[in-house]
Amino acid sequence: MIAHAIFFYVFSIIAVVSAVMVTVSKNTVHSVFFLILDFISISCLFIMIGAEFLGMIMLIVYVGAVAVLFLFVVMMLNVAQQTNQWFISKENSNHIPIGLLISVVIFFELIIVIGGWKYKPDLFDKGNLSIVNDVSNTHSLGMVLYTDYIHIFQISGMILLIAMIGAIVLTFRQREGVKTQSYIKQISRERAEGVEVVEVVSNKGVKIDD
Amino acid sequence: MEYLDLIFQETYKILFLLVPVLVSVAMVVWLDRRVWAFVQKRQGPNVVGPFGLLQTLADALKYIFKEIIIPASSNKIIFILAPIITMTLALIAWAVIPFGVDQVLADINVGILYIFAISSLGVYGIIMGGWASNSKYPFLGAIRSAAQMVSYEVSIGIIIINVLLCVGSLNLNDIVLAQKDMWFVIPLFPMFVIFFISALAETNRPPFDLPEAEAELVAGYQTEYSGMMYAMFWLGEYANILLMCALGSILFLGGWLSPVELYPFNLIPGALWLIFKILFLFILFALVKAIVPRYRYDQLMRLGWKIFLPLSLTYVILTASFLFYFNLLPTS
Repeated sequence: MIAHAIFFYVFSIIAVVSAVMVTVSKNTVHSVFFLILDFISISCLFIMIGAEFLGMIMLIVYVGAVAVLFLFVVMMLNVAQQTNQWFISKENSNHIPIGLLISVVIFFELIIVIGGWKYKPDLFDKGNLSIVNDVSNTHSLGMVLYTDYIHIFQISGMILLIAMIGAIVLTFRQREGVKTQSYIKQISRERAEGVEVVEVVSNKGVKIDD
Repeated sequence: MEYLDLIFQETYKILFLLVPVLVSVAMVVWLDRRVWAFVQKRQGPNVVGPFGLLQTLADALKYIFKEIIIPASSNKIIFILAPIITMTLALIAWAVIPFGVDQVLADINVGILYIFAISSLGVYGIIMGGWASNSKYPFLGAIRSAAQMVSYEVSIGIIIINVLLCVGSLNLNDIVLAQKDMWFVIPLFPMFVIFFISALAETNRPPFDLPEAEAELVAGYQTEYSGMMYAMFWLGEYANILLMCALGSILFLGGWLSPVELYPFNLIPGALWLIFKILFLFILFALVKAIVPRYRYDQLMRLGWKIFLPLSLTYVILTASFLFYFNLLPTS
């Protein structure tokens, strides 16, 4: 039990410290790396409470895909230019009140949710979820997700699909003069349209490639 | 004392797994160069030791004694971390590979997801190395590999779903045992081919070695690395290739099962069968490296997103409907 506690505190300290470092570190790429460290330690915590499926999915989705895209975008920024203007600089200090307001709202929401869950557990309707111990974590998650909550699951899938289509529509533009390879065109070329036999007159030559 | 005992026991087990893996990585580098040479009618490394077997050790010794040069304008911490991360990630994934019914270091419930997660983290070593070098060629290599590895992971994930539909469990030993009657390479042969090609792309092997394309990018993300740090990238890469071969043989070629349940084959231990299968896949990898020219970048992306993704998704639907119609879905 002591080992368990030690591991829990190690992972949670890493998680909290790296979460703070995400906002504090001056280099944007460093903060993405701290974000990745945060994700990894959170997934370790998931594994420690026995939710191994969630932990692994956290690693695959957030660390393996989402954070790679973050890094991809952030690395393209000119970091040397960014190091001077940190969050309390003269020019963009008018963003701070709005940011503070939003963070205060989120903080109170968290207090309400966690406080309610801690001190008045019957405040939220848990439905008729029964915890079964003899099936694996993955199995029971699948049972709950695909039987009890199938409609919500499907609707969230729909929302993600619409978001994806929206992103594609917003960024898609047809550019002129871009040369792309068309495999169908290449394969369907015939000898008749590709080759031309020309009678070459002596001392005059032929004009090709007009 | 109990904890200390436990720690010693586990360390012993881990060493028992890791030392053979590292030695076989060295041997496999030699094998790769030999196969490559034989395809091109050359001799390959044949001087150091019997058949040149100790060539890799000699190379590693040379790397160890070379000076490590850290570029002045690089981001030093990340620059040093990158090869360490590559190497570590390539080695820790071996913890869940089963070599027999109970010959596995960590028999976890979500073994296949663990391997998938670790192999999807592998891209970070390359991105960090490329970015921290603060130089143009490594950066281009890193950006290429980020896009490439993320796209081919998607198709590998969907291929794994195909296999999981037939097994009904995420445990690697269960996946092996489900192939007792028939290896999955027979019903899922198209998926095996796509898995093989995606594994080539995932491990940055030719014909998909665009992150280190020497004709365009000098050596891609490894350009600024020297000495032992370069060697760690190199060992990590080969350990990753071996891991992908192991994953392919577990998913499709029956893992540690012998091909026929007959008398002389029964006596060979399962671990040896797994090693044979890994070597078979690795020789295929080496042959592909020797035979096929490098892909162009847009062709690589087209192959990943427009061909492999729809094909494997269609095969998921086919497999699921087949299993459902004939009532073969695994129940647990």
